[in-house]
Parts: sequence; C-alpha cells; structure tokens
Amino acid sequence: MTAMDEARQAAGAVATPPPAPPPAHVVSKEPWDPYVAEKLTAEQERFYMAGQWKLMWWRLRRHKPAVICGGFLLFMYLVTLVSEIIAPYDQHTRHIRHIFAPPQGIHLFHEGSFVGPFTYGYKMERDPDTLQRIYTEDKSTTHPVRFFCLGESYEFWGLIEGRFHLACPSEGGTLFLLGTDRLGRDMFSRIVYAARISLTVGLFGISLSFVLGLVIGGIAGYYGGWIDNIIQRAIEIIKSFPHLPLWLALSAALPVTWSPLLVYFGITIILALLDWPGLARAVRSKLLSLREEDFATAAALMGASPQRIIGRHLIPSFMSHLIASATLSIPSMILAETALSFLGLGLRPPITSWGVLLNEATDINVVAVNWWLMLPVVPVILVILSFQFFGDGLRDAADPYH
Amino acid sequence: MLRYVAKRFLIMVPTLVIISFLVFFIITLPPGNCVTAQIDEILSSGGSNAMEKVHQLEQLYDLDKPWIQRYAIWASGTLTWDFGLSCQDNQPVSQLIGERIALTMVMEISTIIFIWVVSFIIGVYAATHQYRPGDYIASFIGFIGLAIPNFLLALVLLYVGKRYFGVSVGGLMDPQYIDQPWSWAKTRSVLEHLIIPVIVIGTAGTAGMIRRLRANLLDELQKQYVTTGRAKGLPPLKLLMKYPLRHALNPFVSDIGHILPEVISGSVIVSVVLSLPTTGPMLLNALKTQDTNLAATFLLLVAVLTVIGTLISDLLLAALDPRIRLQGGREK
Repeated sequence: MTAMDEARQAAGAVATPPPAPPPAHVVSKEPWDPYVAEKLTAEQERFYMAGQWKLMWWRLRRHKPAVICGGFLLFMYLVTLVSEIIAPYDQHTRHIRHIFAPPQGIHLFHEGSFVGPFTYGYKMERDPDTLQRIYTEDKSTTHPVRFFCLGESYEFWGLIEGRFHLACPSEGGTLFLLGTDRLGRDMFSRIVYAARISLTVGLFGISLSFVLGLVIGGIAGYYGGWIDNIIQRAIEIIKSFPHLPLWLALSAALPVTWSPLLVYFGITIILALLDWPGLARAVRSKLLSLREEDFATAAALMGASPQRIIGRHLIPSFMSHLIASATLSIPSMILAETALSFLGLGLRPPITSWGVLLNEATDINVVAVNWWLMLPVVPVILVILSFQFFGDGLRDAADPYH
Repeated sequence: MLRYVAKRFLIMVPTLVIISFLVFFIITLPPGNCVTAQIDEILSSGGSNAMEKVHQLEQLYDLDKPWIQRYAIWASGTLTWDFGLSCQDNQPVSQLIGERIALTMVMEISTIIFIWVVSFIIGVYAATHQYRPGDYIASFIGFIGLAIPNFLLALVLLYVGKRYFGVSVGGLMDPQYIDQPWSWAKTRSVLEHLIIPVIVIGTAGTAGMIRRLRANLLDELQKQYVTTGRAKGLPPLKLLMKYPLRHALNPFVSDIGHILPEVISGSVIVSVVLSLPTTGPMLLNALKTQDTNLAATFLLLVAVLTVIGTLISDLLLAALDPRIRLQGGREK
C-alpha cells in the first residue's frame, strides 16, 4: 500500500460512504453472434444457407433415373437446335430411285478386311406378281460414310445457307439409316427434323397453359367469392369432359387456308386451352393455404401491398412445385399433338412432326411390308417415358415434406 | 341424400346446355359446310335449274339460316331424340348412330370392368407382396402402361397381328356378320373382337388404378388395428378382407370420374386405328366433312355419357361410404 492510498482511505472513512460494488449483470454492447453457442460446420452452413432452387437441385441429383432422363431430354433438345447438321439429307428431298427402301446397315468389314463404316448399295427388283419393290444389298461396291463433310445444302433455321453435315453418304452412295418412305424421303432425316416440331409443341403449349393457369388460378384464389365459384365450375366441366373429342373438334375448326406455321401455333393454343385447369387449381389451392401462413401475415403487417405479397412472397414459394407439375403435363401435350396429326386433324405437311410421320403408317397393309414406317413410335415413347421419370423426380425434389 | 341427388341433377342441366352450345359453335366456326363441295359441283356444271337445286340443298340442311338458329333447331330436336339430318346419304342422324352408340357403350363398359378386375387382382397382390419380385413386375408393367400411348399400342398390335399371325385385328365382328341382324353367333364374334380394343384402351387406366389401390392398401395395412388383428391370430385372408380392403376400394368407385373421360378419349382414337364400327371413326369423319348435326350429336352424347357416369359414381360412393353420405357431399 502506498501513502496515497492510505491518505484516500482515511479521507473516505471520514467524508464519504464507501463506493457501491460494481453491478453483477452487465449488458454487452457488442453485437451477439448466435452461432457461438451452436457452431455450424461448413457442410451444415452450406446446407442451411442454400436457396430453394439449390436444395431442389441437390435432391434431384440423388434421383438417378430422373437425372439420366433429364440428360436424354437435354440431348434431344440440343439435337433440335442443329437438326440440319445431324440429318444427312433434307426432310423433303425425294430419292425417286429409292422408294420404300429398307434401312441400310452400317458395315465395318468388307470381304474380311477392315474398311471403316460404309454401306452397300441397293439392288432393286420387282416382284413379278405383286409389283412390290424388293431391295437387296449389292455387295460388289462399298460406299464409305463421310464424317464432318459437305453434303446436301440446307438453310439453317431457314436463314443461313449451309452444306456442313455430321455425316454424309459417299459420292454416288446412299445413307438411309432408317429406310425411306413412299416418296423416297430419308426416314432418319425426317425423324430428326420432326423432333424440332414435336418437342417444341409441348414447350410452347405448356408455357401458354402455365400463364393461363397462373392468371386464372391467381384471380380465383385472390378474389374468392362468386368469381372463384364460376372459375371452379368451369374447371370442373373442362376436367370432366373427355379431351380428345374436344381437341378434334377444335382442330377441325382451324381453317384449311391457314399456313402451316399458323396451324402450328393454332394447335399449341388448342392444347393449352384444355390443359390450364389443372395448373389453375393448383395455384388457387396453394394461394389459399399460403396466405394463412405466418410469413404472409408478417408481410401484411409490415405494410406490403397485396400485389407484393402475391408476387414476391406467395408465388415464389410454390413456383418450384408448379414447374414440376407443368413438366409432368408436357408429355401429354406431345402425345396429343402426335395423336391429332396422326388422325390427320393436327399439323399438316409440309410441317413434319412425329405424328405427321405416323400418319403415313395408318395403312396397315403398307406397314406390314415396310415396317420402318413405324419407327417414329420409338422416339415418341422414349421422350414420353423420359418426361415421366424426369417430372416424377422433379416433383419429389420440389416437395419439401418428403 | 335426396337433396344432394337433386342438386347434382340441377347442375347437370346447365352443364349440358353450355357444352352443347360451345360444341355447336366450334363446329360451325370454319368457313364452308358439308355441302359446299356439292354446291360447287352443281354450279360449275351449270344447267337451267342450278340455282334452284342449290337453294333446295341449303334449305334441306337449314344452311340458309344463321348458326344460332340452327343450334336452336338442333337443340330442341335433341329433346325428342331427333338430331336432324346428316349430310351422309341424307339420313337422319338418329338412324346412323343407333348401333354405333350401343357398341361404343358396350366397349366402354367392358373396358371399365376390365380395368376393375385386372387392377384389383394385381393391386392387391402388389400391396400384400410389397418389395418382392411380383410387386416390382407389377409396378414396371404399370409404368409402361402409363407411358405407352394407347393408339401407338394399337398400331403396334395391329402390325404384329398382321405380320406374324396373318390376321387383321381390326373390326368389331367377323365380316360376314356386318349388317346382319343380331344373333348368338354375331354376339360371340363381337365379344371375341372386343378383347384387343378393351386391353388397349384399358392399359393406361389399369396402370393408374393399380398404383392407387396399392398405395391405399399399403397405407391401410400399416394401421394399428391390422397389427392388433394379426397379434390376436386372425387368419391373414380374413384380416385383409374384413376392413383394409374395403377401405382401399373407395377409388374404384370414386375414380370413375377420372377414368371415364380417359376411356372415352382412348376409345375414340383406338377405334379409328383399329377401324371399329363405333363412334370414333364416324366422329372424325363428321368433323372432317363439317357434318355439323352428326358431329354435334356425337359430342353431346359423349358429354351426356360422361356426366351420367360421374353422377352414378358419386351416388355409388355416397351409398357405399357412410362418411360421405352423412356429410352430404363428395369427399375430396
């Protein structure tokens, strides 16, 4: 103890009462870090901070069939971007000397020696009784397939002239991978070109029906009352009526004078017209249940306008779910287009879709002899199956409660 | 209950009126009509009384009147089973469609029965043998059935039948019975020919039904009363039949509302592919040739069938399930 302390003590004892002990509880001014108590690992943090879409993607990735099918669909859509390059021929080129030619096999070995991929020529005879064309392989000459080559000219998306192909027949040879049809047009090229139409019909149709469903369902869910009632009844009627006869009637009503492109858009509109009720119903019920949630109340208390609540808070929270269910109705649209064109009431040549191609397979007597006319069935089924699996996976991934 | 039925009937009437109105409007939308070609022909061949003939034709089909008036004539006629004239051979529509409607209904009802029987057997088997090979096979078949569109299936079957068995699968009776009066032999022939279309139309519905029945039954089998029953030593079959199965069977009735439109759509296109003498090909033809009365009548009858089918399924469900009956409404 120093002398000064002693002096202070002495003075304090006499003049002032001793100072109060410091308060036991102190409120810190430092900002509080909630993660001090429960430290998150890097892995956990990544998971908790991830957005809705990221979570969905992680869950989708675990669903192997959905990923494979999604990849296949992506591949198909990429192919439609460059149909002209993939297809060895133009879809309308007629090969008069090769009518109803069977699929040409790709060979690698000629008379025991390796030549690389090549095709044999055709030898055509006529059956003396039925006058049917009978094609046999002409094994005397080989026609090596050329790759990354210049072949038949085309207009890329109708805009740019080009001649580049992924594969072309050799000079004087042919490359009919899937045979030819009644006018001698290459089936493989036609199927590739048709994919562009068939696959986009579903996309355009679904975007249209998506907008319709969102708007109509939103109106029903937001206003309620008699408007909701009328929309509900309309949905019930449309949903309970068999679609195909109605589609038939609607597409029969498209004027014959319309250009093929107009007919194409007409068909997508028709497909969307009967498809929106499912989406509208989903939007309505989601809106009704979500607007009772706490976060909607909180937003309302903070003074958000109804538009902002619906647009910023409600719709984004079920958008993933909506997109998943929309994906599931793309295949039915593709199928509907195929069915309509197959029946001759949908798209019309010169526009080529898988349904238009199958329309040529309606006469069973022709198909029984020329089985390759049925081949467009294969891509239809593959695409439908893929959309089914992919949509299922997407729906499971979008559902936070599973 | 009575109020519920009355209400359903009251809703039915405006529904049918709206549908028939819309359908008629859609069909008359495109320019031209079913006798345009005929009129052109008459006019081009000329002759002294060409205009008169054209006028007669137009009057015969009421084509000189606006469509709303034609709708009124047709709609008031439907109440007395008079659907006006068809452009095909000038015959009254009611005569043309009689047998076709009957055959279509036979086909559709058989399809629904087929869906019930097959999905009952497979669904119950799949649910009681969960995660065993049988279950996987059933699920796989179900998925394929859902994915392969029925008209493509019909096309493939037609091809296989023609190519490998040399038989044509098409038609609904042997050729010698066409236009013959009904007899035992004809009925048998029809039944034989029904098998393939029924299977083709029914696959998609069956697949969906199997999925639902399996899911429902699995839910039910996991409940505690089933465990209790098993613990008390109830024989497995009785344990299955007594309550869980009855619960799980609800969708069989309630789903007619979903399945019926599907079956009708399917029957239209499949019968076109297989060229069956049902309503499908005739409807397609009528739409293509703008045969307004015929097409509108077909579509109206389709609507009536659907609405009545849904009504019957709702009433059956109410009769079967006390939970719904006592609430007086359909349980969603």
